[in-house]
Order: sequence, then structure tokens, then C-alpha cells
Amino acid sequence: MTTLPATTGKKLGLVIDLDTCVGCQACATSCKEWNTAGYSAPLSDQDPYGADPHGAWLNRIHSYDVGEGETSRTVHFPRSCLHCETPACVTVCPTGASYKRAEDGIVLVNPDMCIGCKLCSWACPYGAREYDYADGVMKKCTLCVDRIYNEHLPPEDRIPACVRACPTGARHFGDIGDPESDVSKLVAERGGYDLLPEMGYKPVNKYLPPRPRRDATTANPNGKAGVAPPKADGSLTERLFSWADQMLSR
Amino acid sequence: MHPAYSVIFFTTSSGAGYGLLAWLGVTAAFGLIPLHWAFGFVGLGVALTLVTAGLLSSTFHLGRPERAWRAFSQWRSSWLSREGVMAVLTYIPAGLLGLLWVFTEERGLVFAVLGLVSAVLSVITVYTTGMIYGSLPTIRAWYQPLTAPVYILLALASGGVLFHLLLAAFTQPTWGSVLTGIAAIAVALIAKRSYWSEVDTAAKTYTTEAATGLGKLGKVRPLDPPHSTPNFVMREMGYSVARKHAEKLRGMAIYLAFLMPVVCLALLPLLSPMGAVMVAFIAVACTAAGLFVERWLFFAEAEHVVMVFYGRERA
Amino acid sequence: MSQRAAEPQVALSTNPADEIKTTTCYMCACRCGIRVYLKDGKVRYIDGNRDHPVNKGVLCGKGSAGIMQHYSPARLRAPLKRVGPRGSGEFVEISWEEALSTATTWMGDVRATDPRKFAFFTGRDQSQSLTGWFAQQYGTPNFAAHGGFCSVNMAAAGLYTFGGAFWEFGDPDWEHTKYFMLFGVAEDHGSNPIKMGLGKLKKRGAKVVAINPVRTGYGAIADEWLGIKPGTDGIFVAALIYELLNAQKIDLDYLVRYTNAPWLVIQDPGAADDGLFARNEAGKPLCFDKTTGALADATGVDVTPALTGTFDLPDGRKAVPSFELLAKRMLVPQHTPEAAAKECGIPAETIRRIAAELAEVAFEQQIELPIAWTDWAGRKHDKMIGRPISMHAMRGISAHSNGFHSCRMIHILQILLGSIDCPGGFRYKPPFPKPIPPPLKPAGKAGTVKPGVPLSGAPLGFPTGPDDLLLNDDGSPIRIDKAYSWDAPMAAHGLMHMVITNAALGDPYPIDVLFMYMANMSWNSTMNTKGVIEHLTARDEATGEYKIPKIIYSDSYYSEMVAYSDLILPDTTYLERYDCISLLDRPISEPDGAADAIRYPVVQPDRDVRGFQTVLIDLGARLKLPGFVKEDGTPKYPGGYPDYIVNHERAPGVGPLAGFRGKDGKSFGKGEVNPNQLDAYIKNGSFYNHHLEPGHRYFKHANKGYLEWAKSVGFIGSSDPIVFQLYSEPMQKFRLAARGHGAVQPPATHKKRIEAFFDPLPFWYPPFEGAMLDQAEYPIYAVTQRPMHMYHSWGSQNAWLRQITAQNRLYMSRNKGRDLGIGDDAWIWLIGPLGRVKCQVKLMEGCNDDTVWTWNAIGKRRGAWGLSEDAPEATKGFLLNHLISELLPEQKGGYRFSNSDPVTGQAAWYDLKIRIERCLPHEAHETSPRFEPVTTRVLPGSPTESTFGREFKRGNQ
Ligand SMILES: Nc1nc2c(c(=O)[nH]1)N[C@H]1C(S)=C(S)[C@@H](COP(=O)(O)OP(=O)(O)OC[C@H]3O[C@@H](n4cnc5c(=O)[nH]c(N)nc54)[C@H](O)[C@@H]3O)O[C@H]1N2
Ligand SMILES: Nc1nc2c(c(=O)[nH]1)N[C@H]1C(S)=C(S)[C@@H](COP(=O)(O)OP(=O)(O)OC[C@H]3O[C@@H](n4cnc5c(=O)[nH]c(N)nc54)[C@H](O)[C@@H]3O)O[C@H]1N2
Ligand code: SF4
Ligand code: SF4
Ligand code: SF4
Ligand code: SF4
Ligand code: SF4
Ligand SMILES: [Mo]
Repeated sequence: MTTLPATTGKKLGLVIDLDTCVGCQACATSCKEWNTAGYSAPLSDQDPYGADPHGAWLNRIHSYDVGEGETSRTVHFPRSCLHCETPACVTVCPTGASYKRAEDGIVLVNPDMCIGCKLCSWACPYGAREYDYADGVMKKCTLCVDRIYNEHLPPEDRIPACVRACPTGARHFGDIGDPESDVSKLVAERGGYDLLPEMGYKPVNKYLPPRPRRDATTANPNGKAGVAPPKADGSLTERLFSWADQMLSR
Repeated sequence: MHPAYSVIFFTTSSGAGYGLLAWLGVTAAFGLIPLHWAFGFVGLGVALTLVTAGLLSSTFHLGRPERAWRAFSQWRSSWLSREGVMAVLTYIPAGLLGLLWVFTEERGLVFAVLGLVSAVLSVITVYTTGMIYGSLPTIRAWYQPLTAPVYILLALASGGVLFHLLLAAFTQPTWGSVLTGIAAIAVALIAKRSYWSEVDTAAKTYTTEAATGLGKLGKVRPLDPPHSTPNFVMREMGYSVARKHAEKLRGMAIYLAFLMPVVCLALLPLLSPMGAVMVAFIAVACTAAGLFVERWLFFAEAEHVVMVFYGRERA
Repeated sequence: MSQRAAEPQVALSTNPADEIKTTTCYMCACRCGIRVYLKDGKVRYIDGNRDHPVNKGVLCGKGSAGIMQHYSPARLRAPLKRVGPRGSGEFVEISWEEALSTATTWMGDVRATDPRKFAFFTGRDQSQSLTGWFAQQYGTPNFAAHGGFCSVNMAAAGLYTFGGAFWEFGDPDWEHTKYFMLFGVAEDHGSNPIKMGLGKLKKRGAKVVAINPVRTGYGAIADEWLGIKPGTDGIFVAALIYELLNAQKIDLDYLVRYTNAPWLVIQDPGAADDGLFARNEAGKPLCFDKTTGALADATGVDVTPALTGTFDLPDGRKAVPSFELLAKRMLVPQHTPEAAAKECGIPAETIRRIAAELAEVAFEQQIELPIAWTDWAGRKHDKMIGRPISMHAMRGISAHSNGFHSCRMIHILQILLGSIDCPGGFRYKPPFPKPIPPPLKPAGKAGTVKPGVPLSGAPLGFPTGPDDLLLNDDGSPIRIDKAYSWDAPMAAHGLMHMVITNAALGDPYPIDVLFMYMANMSWNSTMNTKGVIEHLTARDEATGEYKIPKIIYSDSYYSEMVAYSDLILPDTTYLERYDCISLLDRPISEPDGAADAIRYPVVQPDRDVRGFQTVLIDLGARLKLPGFVKEDGTPKYPGGYPDYIVNHERAPGVGPLAGFRGKDGKSFGKGEVNPNQLDAYIKNGSFYNHHLEPGHRYFKHANKGYLEWAKSVGFIGSSDPIVFQLYSEPMQKFRLAARGHGAVQPPATHKKRIEAFFDPLPFWYPPFEGAMLDQAEYPIYAVTQRPMHMYHSWGSQNAWLRQITAQNRLYMSRNKGRDLGIGDDAWIWLIGPLGRVKCQVKLMEGCNDDTVWTWNAIGKRRGAWGLSEDAPEATKGFLLNHLISELLPEQKGGYRFSNSDPVTGQAAWYDLKIRIERCLPHEAHETSPRFEPVTTRVLPGSPTESTFGREFKRGNQ
């Protein structure tokens, strides 16, 4: 059903902290590992041991050089489906394979209906749709729909694979539609933002910007340029030794 | 965008087919052409064959062609679905027109109405094809008001050329029809050229800085890509063609798809029937080649916004 | 028709596993707890074990790709015998019986004649307490694992200074630290713990400072990045110390309580004991007690020792507290921020500011935990006071020839700030701290290595003076790698990187059988790869036989090293075997507990392969090694490794596993054998974690409760406090030998070197290679970094990981590129004294302008690892190893020292200096050097498409 739900009960999504992500790829490989045998099974790989290996990944990590010189920084940038509120990837789909769940806003592809026309991947500004060359159908981040409600998993594990794996805790999962949710609070306090808002797709996933540095280029956090040696005369060693000459007991 | 040959053939071939159908429909409705059954048989035959071949080849581009029928369901939101629906609808009047034309003597009101309806539906179908591309905000070169109109005009122009090959085969093309054909080509050329200048001048407002939201921190350059060998996104959307190369190809397209056919058509009224057929045939061949180049460029020159995440500075 | 009705029904609750088995990851040496999801007998998913002390549920990029490792098409399938020349890849599969009897004959002959000619080096070994013991029982001194080329100088620097080390033996106090300095770490062994820790610091807003010529990964999220010039951390830290001393911002009480700062050092130039500690009759070090105004036992309780001054010894000679020597060493003009800035490239004002921040956090932001504890002297304290500053360092320090002293410099800084094992500081992981150094001497002294008899003790240990060296009477090295010789006196982990070269050159002597395990020594884990390949294939002109006649190797996969071996003993994957990560070896403890772990077969091998340890135990029995057979000569551990893990006792009641000991399975550390121990581990998640009592968790080096407990479980021999050695007496002993004292003295060729580098106090010197080469000819430093998602060579066979990185680039700063007129993707030559390497450039910010770097071990030999010969790893990937020499340029007299740290023999990978030249257009498309393919027919062949997971889909619907 490719016309979008007027509203969704929840707005489930991810909040990704660019200030904490070290680019370790755990979220990318754990995603691949869960999903290649899950709802989207398989996520096939072509020429896996040859000259031109490529395959279907639902999550991937870029790294960027930001700025130049002293104030420059390195930023690791994971990207998966943002589960947009008004995504053309859904409305362009001729078959109804691509749809947005009314219940929680998750954008899914029904692999049994997809004809592999690739139009949705053209319509996605975020490169979040993955054509599976072996299956001839489109795949994408499912927000681990087969984990987050899965009664076979203990409650604490009913979160996306990428979130569970992330060693630094840079990935957060929750209902971004609920202003009281932890993720919404995090977004509010850290100034979480949308990618390419001007596209008008209203992404649900949010990104937390890197925090300001505390180095030579910023105000010194301790307001001190150096430690002023206590006034006293004599050479360095004399000063130090006279100070160290205290009654100290073991 | 990666130029897939199946899609290039689909859009050009079915485009020409619908164009021809439109010409036949209108001219037949007003009796401007020989209404002999054989003319209808060959004319509509050629038109519907081109249309069908195009539609079929479009399914080669699908990962799951056997499920193609599913594509008719989402006409409410999807231009691709609408295109499928319109294509099928158009067969109905065109088919009936063919039956009357070939098997009956009926050349009256019903015949005329069916002709006009076929023509209108053909144009609408081509419009939906154009809108598949024209409706994608992610690809600036396509997200243009002229995209769909150009599809229509090119269909009519190429259909016109075909139409004159038929005329040449059955009668002597008149100055009237030839001039209309030339006019169609000229309008299409003007439209395509202004489309190109629109695309060339359209400001590329999407930058890596904006896309990553890191712009406030400075210029953003990719360090390590997510994959060291091209992934699906880079393969499908990463295609690009050098500016100078593209310029050459545009010139070639103009020469083949527009100038040559105009010259050929202009000669038709002056030539012997035999010569006219040959020249008209040359016109058709040039148009086909020219439109192939034009359509290849339509994809190859189109830049997808996602590439700003992969190192293209803007899109 | 409503939206929801239109939505397809999604199977939200498919059962992901028939069974979940808990074991230990081995996609790297971090040893996290994993849960393996099994479905239809196949591995369907792997995630982290939330209860596990190491990873607490998270999993890294490698661990999450474990499935593709386990099902790699490069897995060996059966024992192999080489039939073509070495490197040809021509093998035939043979039976285990043939393989084991061949090995037994080879090894048996050598043992009966000259055991030294059997060299056993075990690379990335997690069973060193077994492999080392095997070498000992066999009777060869020639044993070591990878530590010698990894980070032994850091391990030694720590163990000789504070009884712990950065290297796996300690952790920052992630919960409480407020200021964290990370020296030269891209990934490290504590892969997940460091990431989890950084996440915590980020949450708490603690400041993270990354000292690293390159800014990626951890450095990318640091609050401050200092793009230091390689090899200069020592001088940078010295300048910090200079500032702190100058400002009198050091913890004097801590120094007096926990260090040898007050110990009196004899000042008697020329004397045989000059620079040693003044001791009383009982051998106790002396200090000057201010209350009594007399000399006193420095280890006594109620002394008020002087830290400065010159004092008379009973024999009339002078002595000064070691603190005074340390302070004088530090407060020299070379250590002013300005002087240091010239060397390390970090601006003087930045050095000053960092010092100020350290002082501020240590002394103004001190923290107190309301935890009562009792110190070594029995004094009760109602709280624990912490200086919340922590540091961690790894190969950025250790991979340089000045790593030992640089690392000691960092430890001195930590100790002066009073931040070792205090709340917020750097914490020991049990069984550390150990006495300084650990009381274990290397065995294999002259005359003790005899045919058919075991070694008198473990081959590896910690010398405390020249008498502990392993030298022949003529002073030549006893060990093939020259460990514990004057080349590398404190080589606590051996010098694995020298074995092949030394053996082939017959220096110090040729060997007959080289037995290696889990080390890709013909490629990425060797220096001078091209040269080492030549050594591996070098033949004796006379006999035509290989100079290293027999090479036995155990690997799981078709690595480059397999191609150069004669007899291959195929190991299983990490999911198919028993393993034991023992407290006797490299424990998995975290600071709050003592932990060990096992692996057990969660799936059965589908190939004719066997766990290496089981095979080794079998060989031990076939060789009738003491300890491996019963009196009647029958195997002692017929059940192989699991049998050994449970039933072997190193000392009465002490075995490979510390948990669930005793008949009832209730005792920890010491206790009689428990036949059900493995089941108990498996039930417990394949690990055991003994949580320390709160009062034992800090100040372990001087915490009565902890020390007594540690003694009771056999971690340490006595519960005496462990006194930090700012001033290192063992070092001075070696130095005295160089000055002509004692029975064992270095030869003339080595005197200067020993005199210079066995300084009892840390100092900075420029890395050797850099110093010995012409700066103008080789102006640029070249280093590598570990990709977080690849483990050395073995990630490239992984269908998923190689999609992330199948080619490595040479990274350089954008400025440098501009200067050299080199742009992105340009092909260039890296030229060093050993030769040249062709590679492709990537420009970046965040890279020291004098430094270039690349990802380590991405480059592959054509035909290895089950990859096609045109794989990017082979056509565009490259190694720096071709340029890294294992030997230094010739000294006067023609002698060539190994390219290593002079104290410990640690390989100096990152001392490499190079220059850059642009490629000719026709050269610019593939890397160089390239070697003949080692493609083999014994692999099944690799698929052209993988649809792994489809088989599980059915179950999901
Ligand atoms: N993913 C993954 N994890 C691993 C491994 C792996 O291969 N892959 N290998 C394991 C092994 S064997 C080891 S030894 C550890 C090593 O763990 P690390 O110590 O993290 O090893 P490297 O990646 O070599 O990181 C060395 C860092 O030091 C920097 N550096 C180089 N020279 C200097 C210097 O002079 N000063 C300073 N301050 N920095 C410098 C380099 O830029 C680099 O960032 O990692 C272990 N963990
Ligand atoms: N240029 C450069 N070179 C370096 C370094 C660097 O930083 N830069 N780092 C150095 C350091 S610190 C180290 S520790 C070395 C690491 O180098 P190595 O210790 O050689 O590490 P690997 O490349 O992982 O090779 C280990 C071998 O073990 C095999 N193996 C994997 N799993 C198993 C198993 O379960 N059983 C058996 N029997 N074998 C297995 C692999 O197939 C591989 O052949 O590299 C060193 N080389
Ligand atoms: S797992 Fe976490 S830290 Fe690693 S790349 Fe993904 S988001 Fe970043
Ligand atoms: S990110 Fe792309 S695929 Fe995901 S919802 Fe938005 S547009 Fe669709
Ligand atoms: S590829 Fe599949 S999901 Fe995407 S638009 Fe076509 S049919 Fe819909
Ligand atoms: S939510 Fe699930 S599918 Fe989406 S990126 Fe994370 S792991 Fe992959
Ligand atoms: S760090 Fe990763 S690869 Fe290493 S043991 Fe842990 S999970 Fe496995
Ligand atoms: Mo290492």
C-alpha cells in the first residue's frame, strides 16, 4: 500500500551520536549478520572473494574530514534508512511492496511483492535502499522489526542489532514521536538534526552533532595557561627540594 | 544515473510508437490519410509493435519480471504504476480502431472518435512515462517542469517521422503533412534545448556540508568511503559523464534526431515514390540513433543527490 | 479500506535460534563473551554476552562478522605435506597419523641430539602457559610468542616500574576518571573495553586527550588531539613532568608511601655498587628518617623519610634519596616545554596548558569514594582518595626503539600524580600487581640445555641483572632470537621477529626444526617481508637443503605462511574447539574481578582438522615428554586439551582454570581438580569472574586485604606491599656490568650501548633508524594503524569485512600533498633503505605533516586466503613491512643489531623513515612489490556469489 498513512502511532527510529561514534563498523556488520538471516534474508554478496566484492548492506559508515588545519576534525558517520515520515521511496513504488507501517512508522519492503524496478532507490536521497542482485528485489533497514517485537528475545534485547552491538553507545533507539522518550530528550538537549531537511522527506532518525573541542583552538577549560611556579628564589631544584623537604610519613 | 539500455529502448521505442499512434489517430479521424485497410494494418501494426516491444523491454530491467503485473496496482500514488495502467488502457481504443479499419468499412463517427481517443491516451501515456522521472526530487536534472513535456514532444516528433515513412510507402506525402512533421520536430528541438539550458543553469543547492549537517564546522570531504569497492548505491547512482564528452553527444543527438529528419522530410514531396521511401527510411534511422543518444544522456547526465555523501561536492 | 488492513502481516516473532551457546570470541585477542545462535545446526547469528566482564554485551565490527570467518573458504581441510618448492602452494593432504608421526620423528631426533635446534614460536597464542610448558619439558630455550614484536617493551617498562602494565594488565578507571590521556592507540587488545570506556567518558564529559600523529577512530572523538611527531612522546611527557615539578604539583605523600623515592642510592662513582640502593644487613633498602635523624629501613612503617638531601652511610660513603636523582634528571634544560616542543612538534604553550590541566584535575578535583580499606601496614582508612587522571598507551609508544624508556616516562608521570590504582586513575587487573619485576627468571642457562632433559624452568622470565642472562661462556647468545643476550637483555617475551633471519643466517647458530603456530611470518607479521621470504627459501650451497630444513606450522586458514611450510597441522575455527584463557597466561580480568574463560566446540568441524593444543599434547605424549605421559609411558591427557584444562596442575591445587575448583566446585584459585569444571564454566557462560570485595578494589599494591587474598589464590608469593620502582636498580646492575663490574660483562661491541640505555632513570632519545639515516634522504615517518574492523591478515578472507576495506591507501596530510604536488588517488613510490613500495595516496587533515600512514595488513600475497589472484588486496593493497628492516645499519666493526628496543628487543616497526617519489604514468595502476601467486589446489575454491542466510528464511515465514 504505497500511499502513506496519514499519521503513525509511533515514530520509531534511531538517534546517532556523531560525537561518540568511532567508526568501528560494529553496527554495519552486526546489521548484516542479523538481517542476512532475518526478515530480509538473504543480504547477498556478489564476487565475495574476487576482484569486485559487493553486496547488500542496510547500514554503512562513512568518515569525513571536516574543516581544515587546526580546527579540523574527523567525523565518523553511520547511515541507514531514516524511516522518513513522507518518503517518496514509498509513494513511487508501483507494486505496493514498499510501505510505511501505520503502527510505528517503520518503512519496509515486502520482498514477496517487489518487482525490483529500483525506482524507490532512485527516490531515496539518503542511499538507504539496497538492491539485492541475487534476489532481484529491494532491501532496506527494517529497524529490526523482527527483533524489536520478538517474543523469542528477552525484553532487553528487543532493540535493533546495531544498537545492541555498538560498543561506544553512540546509537539510541526509541519513539521520536513521543517528546517524553529518552531519545526525544537526547535530541532536545544535544540539538539533534535532520539530514537534508530541504528534501521534505521529514526523516525520523536524528543525528547528534559533534560537541565543541576543548583544545588550543577553544577557550581553555581551566582558565589557566600554565601552572605558575610558587614565588621563591633559587634554582628550580633548590625550590623543589626545599618544598619537598616536609615531614612525610609512610 | 546508470543508463540501463532496457530503459533507454523502452522510453524511445514506446515513445515513437505512441507518437505514431497519435498521428494516425488524428489524421484518420479527419480522413487526411488513405483509409485503405492495408494502411491501417501496417500503420497501427508498426505503432503497437513499437509500443509493445518497448513495454516488454522495460520488464527486462526488473529484478522480478514475472511479477510485473503487480505494477498496475498503485496508480493512486505511483507514476510508474499509472504508466502501466495508461499503456494498457491505450490498447483498447487503438485495438478497436484497428479492427474497424482493417475488417470493416465503418469510417464514420465511431471511427473518428476512436482515432481521437487513441491519440489522446497515447499522449497521456507518454506523459506518465515522463513523470516517472519528472517526479523525482532526488535528481535535479529530471525534476524539471520540461521533463514530461519533452517526452511528449519527442514522441510526437519521432512518431511523425515514422508516419511519413508510411505515407511515402503508400502515397505521396503532401507539403501540408511534411510541414506539420517538421514543425513537430522543431518544437521538440526547442523544448529539448531549453530543457538542457534549464538543467545546465539550475543551481546545485545540495552540498556535502548540508547533507551531513556538518557545514558549520567547515568544508566536508570524504575520508574513507563505507566500502572500498563500489556498492549498489555507487553503481546505480554514481554514474557520471564528462562535461566535454556530454557536449559532443548533445551535438550528435541534435544532428541525428532533429536536423537530419527535418532535411529528409523536406525532400519527400519532391522525390519519386521509391526515393521518398528511401529518404524517409533514412530519417527514421537517424531519429532512432539520435534519440538513443539523447536518452542515454538523459540518464548519464543526471546526478543523484545521494552522491554528495560519496564525494560529489554538490548536486 | 484502511491503511492497516492493507499492510502485509510481518512475521515479528520468528525464533532466531534452536539453541544459543555461549563461548568466547576469537576474531581478535580481546576475548569477549559471545552468544552463538544456532539454527538447523548452522551458525545464524552471534551477539555479545551481557554478563561477560570484558564486553558486557557489546560486540565489535570483527566479532559481528564471525560467521563469515567460520565459513571462510580459506579454511584448511586436512593436514598438508609440501610437495613443491616452498612458496609454490603445492601440497598434498595427508592423514593425521602421518602428520603426527612425521612431526614426532623430526622433533624427537633433535631432542635426542641438540634441543636448541628445535625452535618453537607461537605468535598470537592464547595458551602460552601450555606452549611454554611444552618447550620447557621438551628442553629447548627457543620458545616465545608474539609479545616480542608486539609490545614487550611496554609490558616490561610497567612490570619493572609498578608491577602492572598498560599492555592488557590494567585499565583506566572508566567510572571515575576525569582526564584521560591516550598515547598512540588506534584500537588495541582491549578493543571493546576501550570503546565502552570512551563512551562512558563522553557521557560524563570527562576530557579525552589523544596523543597521536594521526587523528582517526578514538582520536576523532577526543576533546583534544595532539598530532605528535613519531617517536617523541618521551620528551613530551618529560616536559609535562618538568612543568609539574617546577610548579610543585606532585603527590609527595603518595611517593613516600608507595614508591622507592625515599630509598637511598649509593653515590660512589667507580665502585661496583655505585647507583645501587644502600641496604641494611637484612638486605632492606635504607632511607633517612627525619624523626630519628638516622638511617632506617625504608620499608618500615613509621618512618618519616627524607626525599632530598645527601646522607652518610655507615661505611662513610654518601647516598641520596632516589627522588633527588629523579628530580635532577627531569629538571634539565632539554625538558623545558620550549626545548621539548622543538622535538615533538607540540607547542610549548600547549605543553604548559596540559600540565596545568593535569595539576588542576589531580589536586583540585580529587575524588573520594566512601569505601573503607586497610593498607599494607594494617592502618584502616574510611575512604579512598583518588586523583582522577588516567592514561593508556600502546604501540605508538612500544613500536619505537625508545619505547621502554618512553613508557617508563609515562608511568613516572602517573606515579608523580599519585594516580596508579587509585579511584579515577589507572587500575590493575588481577592477577596484577605482581612483585617488581615478577619473580621468574628465564631458564636455559649455559650447561643446563642438554639432550633429552627438560629445561630447569620456564624459558621466559624477568632478569634482574647480568647474572640472569642466557649466554654461553664466550658471551654469545644461547637463544636463537638472542633474547636475554647483550643484544636484548630484558627480552621478557623473546624476539619472534628475529627467528627466521637468525636461523637462516646461522647467527648465532642454525636450527633444524622451526615449529610455528598462529603467526603469519612470511608476510604481515614479519619485518623485511621480501628478505624473510628469501631466508625461508634460502638453500645451503653444499647440501642443496633449505637453510631452515624443516618448518612445521599450525594455521586454520590458507595464509601466506602456510605456503612456506613443510608440514601443516590444520587448526579448527574458534567456534569448533576447546580453549583456555588462563590466569596463568593472559587473563581476561577487569579491575574489579579476576576472570578467566574457555572456548568449547559450539559446532563440530566438517573437515579433518584438530585443535592445535590437543595436537600439541598428543605430540608431547608421542615424544614421551615428562608431564605429558604417565609413569607407564601412556598419555597423561588422552582426552586432549579439555582433559588437560581440567586435570593439569601447575602447582598443587593450581591449574589452567581458577574457577569452580575443588570437589564441590566452590573454590577459586587454589583447589583440587574438579572433573565437572568445564560443564560448570559452560553453564556460567564459558567464563568465571571472581568479584573483588569493594575494600580490595583500589590501591591493590598496598592493600592488605587484597594482597593477602591474592596470595591465598596464588597470584603472588607474599603479601608484602609492592613498592613502585621510580629508580630501577636492575637497570643499574646491567649498566655497572658495562662499566666493568661483575662476572658477566658485555663485549666491547655492546659496552657503550648498555651503558647508555640501561639508565636506571627514564630518558628520551631519538628512535634508532631515524637517527642513523640521513634526514635529508629519508625525511618522512611512516607508520601503520589497525583498522577497527580487521584483525591483521585474517580479516581479508571475510566476505563482509573485505567489502569494507579491500584496498589500503597511503594517507598523508593535505599540506604535505600540496608540498609534494601529490593529489588524491595519485600513485607514488615509498622509498626506504630496504627498497621501495608502490601505493595510492589519500590526502587528509588530522595527520602530522612529517608522517604518512596506512591501514595495517590489508595488502595480501596473490593466491593466499582463498581470494582470486586479481583481488584488490593483491593488486592495490600494500604492506609497509617490505620497507621495515629487521636489522639496523652496520655499526663500526660491521655488527648489525636488530631493529629493536635495546632494552627488551621489542621490534621497532614505527621507526621507519622514507621518502616519496611520484610514479611514472605507466606505473600508476597497481602496487609493488608483487610476488608470484601462492595459489593452491588444496582449497575447495571460493564461490562467486554468497546468499548466506537464505536457508534460514523458510524458518522465518
Ligand atoms: N581491530 C584490530 N584490533 C587489534 C589488532 C588488529 O589487527 N585489528 N591487533 C591487536 C594487536 S596484535 C595489537 S599489538 C594491538 C595494537 O593496538 P594499537 O596500539 O592501537 O596498534 P596500532 O593500530 O598500531 O596503533 C598505534 C597508534 O599509534 C600511533 N602512533 C604511531 N607512532 C606514534 C608515536 O610515536 N607516538 C604516538 N603517540 N602515537 C604513535 C599510530 O598512528 C596508531 O594510531 O591491537 C590489537 N587489536
Ligand atoms: N607494518 C606492521 N607490521 C606489523 C604490525 C604493525 O603494526 N605494522 N604489528 C605487529 C604486531 S604487534 C603483531 S602482534 C603482528 C601480528 O601478526 P600475526 O601474529 O601474524 O597476526 P595475523 O596476521 O593475524 O596472523 C596470525 C595467523 O594466525 C592464523 N590464525 C587465525 N586464527 C587461527 C586459529 O584459530 N588457529 C590457528 N592455528 N591459526 C589461526 C591466521 O590465519 C594467520 O595466518 O603483526 C606485526 N606486524
Ligand atoms: S557501532 Fe557505534 S561506534 Fe561503531 S561505527 Fe557504529 S555507531 Fe559508530
Ligand atoms: S531514508 Fe530513504 S529509504 Fe528510508 S524512508 Fe527515507 S527515503 Fe525511504
Ligand atoms: S524496487 Fe520494489 S520496492 Fe522499490 S519501487 Fe520497485 S517494486 Fe517498489
Ligand atoms: S536497525 Fe536493524 S536493519 Fe536498521 S541499521 Fe540497525 S541493524 Fe540494520
Ligand atoms: S573485540 Fe571484537 S573481535 Fe575482539 S574478541 Fe571482542 S568481539 Fe571479538
Ligand atoms: Mo601485537
